[in-house]
Amino acid sequence: MVSIVFGRFIRAVVCVASFASFATVASEGARLQTAPINSHDVASLQNGAKLFINYCLNCHTASYMRYNRLQDLELTEAQIKDNLIFTGVKVGELMQVGMDRKDAKAWFGVAPPDLTVTARARSSGAGTGSDWIFSYLRSFYRDPSRPTGWNNLVYPNVGMPHVLWQLSGQAQLHEEVFESEHAARAALIATKGVAQLEEGHEIKDGKTVERFVLKTLTPGNGALSHVEYDKAVTDIVNYMTYMAEPARLERRRVGFYVLMLLGLLLVLVYALKKSYWKNIH
Amino acid sequence: MAAAEKQPVTGAGPLNGLLTWVDARFPLIKMWEEQWGKYVAPKNFNFWYYFGSLSAFVLVLQILTGIFLTMNYKPDAAHAFASVEYIMRDVWGGWIIRYMHSTGASAFFICIYLHMFRGLLYGSYRKPRELLWIFGMLIYLCLMAEAFFGYLLPWGQMSYWGAQVIVNLFGAVPFIGEDLSIWIRGDYVVSDATLNRFFAFHVIAIPLVLLGLVAAHLAALHEVGSNNPDGVEIKKQPKDPQTGLPLDGIYSHPYYTVKDALGVVVFLIVFSVIMFFLPEMGGYFLEYNNFIPADPLNTPQHIAPVWYFTPFYSILRAIPPLFNSQFPGVLAMGASTMILFLMPWLDRSPVKSVRYKGPVFKTALALFVIVFLLLGYLGTEPTNVWGQFGAWLGNADRATVVARICTAIYFLFFILMPWYSKIDQCKPEPARLTW
Repeated sequence: MVSIVFGRFIRAVVCVASFASFATVASEGARLQTAPINSHDVASLQNGAKLFINYCLNCHTASYMRYNRLQDLELTEAQIKDNLIFTGVKVGELMQVGMDRKDAKAWFGVAPPDLTVTARARSSGAGTGSDWIFSYLRSFYRDPSRPTGWNNLVYPNVGMPHVLWQLSGQAQLHEEVFESEHAARAALIATKGVAQLEEGHEIKDGKTVERFVLKTLTPGNGALSHVEYDKAVTDIVNYMTYMAEPARLERRRVGFYVLMLLGLLLVLVYALKKSYWKNIH
Repeated sequence: MAAAEKQPVTGAGPLNGLLTWVDARFPLIKMWEEQWGKYVAPKNFNFWYYFGSLSAFVLVLQILTGIFLTMNYKPDAAHAFASVEYIMRDVWGGWIIRYMHSTGASAFFICIYLHMFRGLLYGSYRKPRELLWIFGMLIYLCLMAEAFFGYLLPWGQMSYWGAQVIVNLFGAVPFIGEDLSIWIRGDYVVSDATLNRFFAFHVIAIPLVLLGLVAAHLAALHEVGSNNPDGVEIKKQPKDPQTGLPLDGIYSHPYYTVKDALGVVVFLIVFSVIMFFLPEMGGYFLEYNNFIPADPLNTPQHIAPVWYFTPFYSILRAIPPLFNSQFPGVLAMGASTMILFLMPWLDRSPVKSVRYKGPVFKTALALFVIVFLLLGYLGTEPTNVWGQFGAWLGNADRATVVARICTAIYFLFFILMPWYSKIDQCKPEPARLTW
């Protein structure tokens, strides 16, 4: 229906837009990496908040998140005010100051989306939203054909430039072409990190032949080592996962006690039922 | 005068005086005894019989949590999404209330589907319970409307485009369709006007009708009496000389009061596991796309309704368009629900319960369940989920072909029932309950 028609339309547009003689007919999205986050690691969450506010916020907004909620991360109001608020707003305000949407549209073709609940919104069959962000932030590569000079394996032709490039260095795209799906899949399994397998076809001697392209990245050298960069991204993702649902840890804690109580109640009500029903045959 | 004839209320301790006073002026004791206290039910209710009381329990849960959500929610296209996040973050206990309500919506459908399946298993729609079944079906329709209207309120992408797709279905009605869908939306697209009216329907109009229908459903049940897994009418049994009750009957209170309480506790344990540990339920109870605010300019690639509508959505998609119109699909989708109303007259079997029905009916029912679940699954996925058949089948989507076969079986289950239920080799119904 609407969805299918639209999906086909999008795919048609994508096919027409691919510039090479190599036409992509099917691609199954990039393989995501599992984000190694730990929601109990306060140091990681604090560092993530710092990085998020320094690098993400103010192009993006986090309009449903209040600064003073960061007290959840064992920060005091004074610490938040002094170290994490750069826009002069009060500590009880929302993280709402962002780029002007009209400017953003002119500069990047799209207004940066609000990031408060992105860690939930990006969930899919391929992985959690956290996995998606983790993979996304590690998948930027140099692409001179893009207006910003950057492209992304997880989010092809994304409008956002690689904001963390000084930390990560400039990765290059590496493409390997296979003629059989089997060989391509074997190579996919053998690669580490984010990778995408694209299935397509090529006209060769007047015949259409199948082609499989494995896209991987060759990392560059930035201010941080690869391990340090992955740690920084992990912290950002850890924070964004927290921000998407600040009540998550409380939810589990409360749930544990609720289940304990219900277990107790179950024993009592079961005994009550048994005693009332003992004479019913 | 009548007041003087009534016995004083006993057994309520310090409340005896108050209850006697009320009972003298209001049929309190009479209503309690007719509806529950002295209601005689068969003693062999099994697992499937928990879901009636559980549905009522979830209804209360939804109304109570709904009241508290309404206190903080803003039915305004500019604020709706943010107000839900406000409830999740800034309202004290807001996340509990919201997760109870969102999990409750799915739980309601699970209970209702199992409750309806119980009816199909044991022939609970058969004479004299036709009207009881019809009230139940009306409740089910109301519930679908309630869920549909409510799903727009969080104002996420799935809320928005789900509503857009469903309202557009009315556009497929010949001649008046276009005007009809504009009338429903109050605008050319789903917009603030739509959100406001859906809010009104969700919080007052439909719940009012729903409560009235539930009262009618219960009154009809307590009038004709409960069916049971054996399909035996206990009212026709001889009375026990000691108790004056039918041989296999017991008082609901306290027996089913304590038994249903046990059911509620077990239900709450399952409910809490989902609510506290898996509130999104893998994207089925809270769809991931719904964490993106509604954007009228950005259609998601894959729009699927929430899981409880997907069997019918599958039927809609399975029917090919006729003269470029989706109307046949819309009709089929409508018919797939409405045909259930006819169950009391489609089933011509001499016995009620599946226990005594023959192999044909059992097979048909099993097939129906499989087909219903399969349609439900396919409705959550894009039609290319299983790839395509080869050129020999015109490269048709495998899932679409399967959905078409399932749709045919779905309808044949009902249409052929007058015939196969009659020719089936049934066992004789017993005179007493067998547990």
